[in-house]
Amino acid sequence: MRVALVDAGGANLGSVRYALNRLGIEPEVTVDAEAIRAADRVVLPGVSTAAQVMGRLHALDLVQVLRGLEAPLLGVCVGMQLLYERSEEGGVECLGLLPGVVRKLPLAPGIRVPHMGWNGLRTMRGSALLDGVAEGASAYFVHSYAAPITADTVAATDHGSLFSSVVQRGRLCGAQFHPERSAATGARILRNFVEMDF
Amino acid sequence: MLSRRIIPCLDVRDGRVVKGVRFRDHVDMGDIVELALRYRDEGADELVFYDIGASPEGRSVDHAWVERVARLIDIPFCVAGGIRDVETARRVLHAGADKVSINSPALERPALIAELADAFGVQCVVVGIDSIREADGQWRVRTNTGDPDRTRALPVRTLDWIVEAQHLGAGEIVLNCMDSDGVRRGYDIAQLRQARDLCHVPLVASGGAGEPVHFAEAFEQADVDGALAASVFHSGAIPIPGLKRFLRERDIEVRNA
Repeated sequence: MRVALVDAGGANLGSVRYALNRLGIEPEVTVDAEAIRAADRVVLPGVSTAAQVMGRLHALDLVQVLRGLEAPLLGVCVGMQLLYERSEEGGVECLGLLPGVVRKLPLAPGIRVPHMGWNGLRTMRGSALLDGVAEGASAYFVHSYAAPITADTVAATDHGSLFSSVVQRGRLCGAQFHPERSAATGARILRNFVEMDF
Repeated sequence: MLSRRIIPCLDVRDGRVVKGVRFRDHVDMGDIVELALRYRDEGADELVFYDIGASPEGRSVDHAWVERVARLIDIPFCVAGGIRDVETARRVLHAGADKVSINSPALERPALIAELADAFGVQCVVVGIDSIREADGQWRVRTNTGDPDRTRALPVRTLDWIVEAQHLGAGEIVLNCMDSDGVRRGYDIAQLRQARDLCHVPLVASGGAGEPVHFAEAFEQADVDGALAASVFHSGAIPIPGLKRFLRERDIEVRNA
């Protein structure tokens, strides 16, 4: 199993690599188009802004590579947001692989932005990504922007309103939270992504 | 629903975890990774590591231990201490930290907050504030509190700084109330409530936890998002599983680890 971890400039690159290491996987950390195309699984992490990561993907000539990818792709946090058409964060055009626009989480009484901390995953439809994950299990979130609930939503999370916290459309997967920092729940979802049949 | 976070704080000096009372007289509490793993197993929601020697000594965090921690634990952690520029923050984040917390360097050069927020997103940028009540009844900030000989009093009011830090791009505020720190009589609810009114990003209470009820008071009365403590966790006086049971019984949402 070859897992490519795209070095999109996101600051959680190391943590995602270590999380895969804990599952017995040594990913190839890369910006090389051929290495990414040749991988069995591709992970696109991101702790940064959508505009910064998209800028880096353009500079590295990886936008078309990711759009045309045949292997399963997992976007984490900003990496998941980039799967959508565009993001309000910097008004940037994203990869456009999933329909929808990523918007800023609205402030409300008692609702702080960034949404930071542990929150529950509410299952919206079945997906092997959530195999072995209990209903309502907690995951660790740190973000200010979020994707809407669509047909691709596997799990939703409530922070003032519901947003997509786990998504899947065929080979395209995303987690708005940080599986690499979500204890056993996160490890299980990463393992599911690596082991499931697409 | 978002859980309230229980956050053990590990003060790091020379690669060991230490704890002092009112920031003085540091006592060795153990190995960094050993304590980090213990807290992870007990159900801590997040860890904060303060390299308390870094800022006053004008050096940045030695990140070898950041990577050691990042490899082994699967809960988030934040690193503080002597982070003065984007490149240093990048190294700490790339070593595996989830957030960086800046305190003295942000007061010395507030633009640092905006630079970090632009580079990594506001969610990576925590502003730590050491605050003390002065004779005129106002809370004001202190810098370089890791070393009492170098601690400086600034004329900046704590509440004004909380507003400015958010404006510049702070994604979280950790308010350490120095009058309460290490004395275990409870968090400074009055100060935290005033901070809460001005704080639209997550607010973490620090300083003063001595009993489980102190955590409950901070969540119930000051509506803080997280509560940080050190010595009561290191000493075992408050085991985290018991603390979470206590909070759950009071209908405070906490994560089931």
